[in-house]
Amino acid sequence: MLVLGIESSCDETGVALYDLEAGLIAQQLHTQMAMHAEYGGVVPELASRDHIRRVVPLTEACLKEAGKTLADIDAVAYTQGPGLGGALLVGASFANALAYSLKKPVIEVHHLEGHLLSPLLAESRPEFPFLALLVSGGHTQIMAVRGIGDYEILGETLDDAAGEAFDKTAKLLGLDYPGGPRLSQLAESGDPDRFTLPRPMLHSDNLDMSFSGLKTAVLTLTRQVEASEGEIGEQARMDICRAFQDAIVDVLVHKCLKAMKKAGMKRIVVAGGVGANKQLRAGLNAAAAKYRFAVFYPPMALCTDNGAMIAFAGAMRLKFAHGAGGFSVKPRWDLATLPKA
Amino acid sequence: MDDTSTRSGYLPDEAATLGLGASLAQAIIPGMVIFLEGDLGAGKTTLTRGLLQGLGHQGRVKSPTYTLVETYPLASLTAHHFDLYRFNDPEEWEDAGFRELFGHDTLCLVEWPEKAQGLLPQPDLTLALAVADDGRTYRIHAHDAQGIQCLSRLSI
Repeated sequence: MLVLGIESSCDETGVALYDLEAGLIAQQLHTQMAMHAEYGGVVPELASRDHIRRVVPLTEACLKEAGKTLADIDAVAYTQGPGLGGALLVGASFANALAYSLKKPVIEVHHLEGHLLSPLLAESRPEFPFLALLVSGGHTQIMAVRGIGDYEILGETLDDAAGEAFDKTAKLLGLDYPGGPRLSQLAESGDPDRFTLPRPMLHSDNLDMSFSGLKTAVLTLTRQVEASEGEIGEQARMDICRAFQDAIVDVLVHKCLKAMKKAGMKRIVVAGGVGANKQLRAGLNAAAAKYRFAVFYPPMALCTDNGAMIAFAGAMRLKFAHGAGGFSVKPRWDLATLPKA
Repeated sequence: MDDTSTRSGYLPDEAATLGLGASLAQAIIPGMVIFLEGDLGAGKTTLTRGLLQGLGHQGRVKSPTYTLVETYPLASLTAHHFDLYRFNDPEEWEDAGFRELFGHDTLCLVEWPEKAQGLLPQPDLTLALAVADDGRTYRIHAHDAQGIQCLSRLSI
């Protein structure tokens, strides 16, 4: 069974082919970021029109890469939501039109399910059940994953996503948007003991998080440093970056540990763009060694939005495949409402 | 100096920003368009949270920076909270198809309206927030009769 996956929920247009026997055999992505780019906000290319321009050439390139033709496709999976309505409609109408013309079924995929299943595309893949930390520019959620479609949201951000906090704080510190990756790079040379920023909701009795207040905390700290030193020097900026990153990583690791305990999990999967953050990985790896659990990450190239995760999630949901046409999109869609596969 | 078309003041903390939003919730008129101006961290989304909660919204008010718009179906109207921060080109407003979300029974709150300059509908109110000491200053400007009516109903 060969599944074509189409992702167009936001800025990136992604197309991929997943074969149930051979695995992921081709993937194409249009993005302004380099494939190795780390995480954080993507360069916006919001136009639905842009997805329209990209989706056909990407599909052709994908088929060529795999040495397949349209006739080889058994089902077409597409991101039905959540995301931007107009952007989603491009993928949905393309997928339905293509499937209809091929007389093949379609499968609707939840964008976040794609992300949280993406570590299953890595060579070392986790068994169910596992805890999932989904952390990107748009999302920050901790979920209990007990099987395909069996998801329970245990906690999430109440305001800014972690990646968004990185990008906006970077901007406040004078780095170009999206500056999250640059901020992390500077943090590596920062002094971890010089400044301490608040850890919002660290000790709250639930698993929710809040990152928007960190912007104000960074603004205040920046003003204090300016007042005492006259300007923000290179080292001071690196120290502030370090304090900021420490605060975010500390909250994420702490909440994950709490969630592991609460849900009785032995494995954690990290998905989404911020999952590429070195300090977050180091923090989780250290916690894993100490508390004896396993951490799984998706392949680097699948950390940001992509078609591969949609093709894969679609392949896991073949039993929900149905005739093309009469489609809708779901710009807002609660992951916990998905049926079990 | 305040007259019928402007209102300004100081918000010492987050609770005060939420309070201004709650007061606005009591004063707004369905169909209004409000521009929210201010730099990163000025409190635009916090103010929106106070406003939406004042209109009866129970859940979270997430930053719409990534999604560009978050929609809240409420008892009295539907609120659309836009954030155009990530726009590179005002034309993206048209491409995203947001124009159709404006109507007589909606409340449209727009953060970073300058990113789609010239293409947005005229606002009834512009609310500007700025960091000042440990708090924020605010300044509300009414652009039309509906905006002035809203300001006259604003108890703060």
